[in-house]
Amino acid sequence: MIFKRPSFWLTFLLAAVFVYLPLRANDAALREDLILVAVAIILVSNLNLMIGYTGYVNFGHIVFYGLGGYVGLYLVSVRGWHLPSAAVAAGIFVSICALLFGLGVLRLRGAYFALATVGILVAVHAFVSNFDPWGRSTGMYLPFEAYEPLGGAMHALWVTYYLVIAVMTLSMILSLVIKRSKFGLGLFAIREDEDAAVVLGINATVYKAIIYSVSAFLPAVAGALMFYKNGMIDPSIAFEYMLSIEGIVMLMLGGQGTVIGAAMGAGLYERLRSYLLTSPRLSNFHLVIAGGLLLVVVLFASSGLIGWLYKFVPRSREVIE
Amino acid sequence: MIDGLLVGAVYGLAAMGLSLIWGVMDVINLTHGAMIALGMFGMYLFFTATAANPYVLLLPILAIGLLLGILVYWMAVHWVLGRSQLMSLLSTFSVNMMVIGIGTALWSTSPYNVNFTLKGITVGAYTFTGNHIAAACSALIIALLLELFLYRTRMGRAIRAVADNREAAELMGISSTAVLAIAFGIGIALALGSGALVSTLFPFTILSGAIYQLKSFVVTVLAGLGKPLGALAAGVLLGLLEGAVTPFIAVSWIPLIEFGLFVVVLILFPRGIFGRATA
Repeated sequence: MIFKRPSFWLTFLLAAVFVYLPLRANDAALREDLILVAVAIILVSNLNLMIGYTGYVNFGHIVFYGLGGYVGLYLVSVRGWHLPSAAVAAGIFVSICALLFGLGVLRLRGAYFALATVGILVAVHAFVSNFDPWGRSTGMYLPFEAYEPLGGAMHALWVTYYLVIAVMTLSMILSLVIKRSKFGLGLFAIREDEDAAVVLGINATVYKAIIYSVSAFLPAVAGALMFYKNGMIDPSIAFEYMLSIEGIVMLMLGGQGTVIGAAMGAGLYERLRSYLLTSPRLSNFHLVIAGGLLLVVVLFASSGLIGWLYKFVPRSREVIE
Repeated sequence: MIDGLLVGAVYGLAAMGLSLIWGVMDVINLTHGAMIALGMFGMYLFFTATAANPYVLLLPILAIGLLLGILVYWMAVHWVLGRSQLMSLLSTFSVNMMVIGIGTALWSTSPYNVNFTLKGITVGAYTFTGNHIAAACSALIIALLLELFLYRTRMGRAIRAVADNREAAELMGISSTAVLAIAFGIGIALALGSGALVSTLFPFTILSGAIYQLKSFVVTVLAGLGKPLGALAAGVLLGLLEGAVTPFIAVSWIPLIEFGLFVVVLILFPRGIFGRATA
């Protein structure tokens, strides 16, 4: 049972901390910091479903987030939908797109798939930059009235924050549930040896397409929430290639294939990045430092922080997953 | 249209470097774009410092590329060979981030250009700019030299032997590590060279490499892996395609067409259009 697993409760503890900290001091700046961490955790947890569980590198993961943002913002500003329904609709729409894409693209193996995901990102970016209803390359803006249903802009910021935290918690629970399910075991089998998995009766193409689609849902919801909060969207913000890659760095840092590791890597890297970007002397070098960090992790500690923990405290394997 | 053909030859050259590394050591070199950008800036720096003919400056740039490639091989590639593909993707990408990061710090992301024009040739109503012709010729010459090197020299044969079967090559007395390092160096040299040629055609920023890296992927996949001359042909094809569609649709649609094509080709012809269906 999932309720007996410590990581399940750790997830809620994390969510509680996220809710309590900014509320205690009514601190909007802290809230803005934490929401970025929460979004990073959402993206990385779902990326982990592809990279960590299934062994397929998705370089274009950010496309789900950006597309979700576009659909959400479009539904709210042009169609006048409410935020929650718009966010869920964005998630469903992007998941269906991913499923259709996935059935085609996931015939490819390994590196070819990785390249195809870059292709998808660039193609979607180019498409949205030319798509009239979504404002082409200038993007879309939310009118101020769009925040009215949530009780004005000030209040709406807090509401979206809590919604993002909820999505974050859902992401981690989703990862935990999949990890111990039969479906998850099938994914691990594909990761270890796809040919053997197919021989044992796993329909690899369908499994991969489903997990690709599942890993699209929550990032798309988060995208809809975040771009609603920001009030504007344009193609270069929505489909930032660098952000997609940084997600991979976060995952490697924390430890691929583990739920808590993914969250830890996301949190640490996001804080490090904000620190580097705001520090006057180091802001130019944040890519250099991130790159060096990634290289060190890949060469010397490919199982990330969680790998270290497992090595030095073997008992932690049973508690943290 | 002809311009497209000429630019395509440069795309082909860039893709040859990628294709070589991919074919020989089964590594997708994600430093490629950064190296192309370094080639551009290398040309810019040399040209502003010496004001020599850019096509002469190509030689030192290729040499630097070779050394840089060997360095990157030792730093990031050697240790991940034989591990899962994810690791080599990530390690080359980390080098890419560092190069781009340093480049951004040095030159920011504002555009630069190499101010050099050759006289064009006019045929009837059309004028072909000299730079395009010279760049395409340089690309062709480098491609032919590479082909000669791979098929006619001892080192070239060693590279092909290691690509075919590393263990067997080791047993025949080839030091596969040195061979791989040199192959990687040549791949990077080609990237720098193509970047240098591009810099004589278009303005560029430190981030421009990424676009050419993506085009290189398209070209490599079109051509099939590890087929340098095929890559050149596919590059020309891509250039032609760009030249052919530009009059009819807005330039901003081109990436969509290219990558739509890329994904379709990947799915339909996983071995490349020119690839033979052998195991």
